[in-house]
Amino acid sequence: MSMRTPLGKARGLGTGHSGTEHFWRERLTSLAGIPLIIFVVIFVMVMNGADYVSVVGAIRNPFIAIGLLLAIINVAYHMCLGMRVIIEDYIAGKRKRTVVLILSNFYCAVVAMAGVYAVLKISLGS
Amino acid sequence: MSKGKTHPRPLSPHLQVYRKMLSMMASITHRITGAALFFGFLLFVWWLLAAATGPAYFDFVESLFATWLGQLVLFGFTWALMYHLLGGIRHLTWDTGHGFELQTVEWLMRANVFGSMVLTLLVWIIGYLVR
Repeated sequence: MSMRTPLGKARGLGTGHSGTEHFWRERLTSLAGIPLIIFVVIFVMVMNGADYVSVVGAIRNPFIAIGLLLAIINVAYHMCLGMRVIIEDYIAGKRKRTVVLILSNFYCAVVAMAGVYAVLKISLGS
Repeated sequence: MSKGKTHPRPLSPHLQVYRKMLSMMASITHRITGAALFFGFLLFVWWLLAAATGPAYFDFVESLFATWLGQLVLFGFTWALMYHLLGGIRHLTWDTGHGFELQTVEWLMRANVFGSMVLTLLVWIIGYLVR
């Protein structure tokens, strides 16, 4: 049996039983996203019109590769959190909402993995 | 006792009963741009995948992005990203408990809208100058 009082268990947690965790992670990823997005935008801007060899050569640079990896993971997680809010706000019905949430999470995971794989293949591969 | 006849329940007022205000539009636009970026992110990953696939496929994707439709989509993507970036900074500012004075709120909205347009144009102009 738990020694914690009912109030102690409930404190800080809303009806979602996760408290402010979602809110906090969304803010954390948005804060991290500011420098990462500025980096990605400058990278894409510089790469505008560049040929295959220059783009691949740039991504081989470890600093650029790490920046891109951080940006991809951060963006994928942030958009997963953000889309959850939109789905929970507009999609009624527990079954339908759950299905759409699962699809959204799967989409984010696939896009994140595809991006990470692409950067690692270029920067580590031949 | 009622005879089991159901009456439609009253609904709480939603968006349509409120007067359109700048803060409301800015908030909705923040959400819409966020949703657009959710899908737009796929374009960036596609470009990276093309570079990871090989020169022929990379050139094919680049040629698609170079069409007027591709450029239009990328321009819209840039604006959505800039709007959401500035909107995010605005929301983070509010999260610290600052910037809630009406005049400041109004200023933040205008800075958000105009700033996103200026940044988008800057990104595209510089992007084409360094080409």
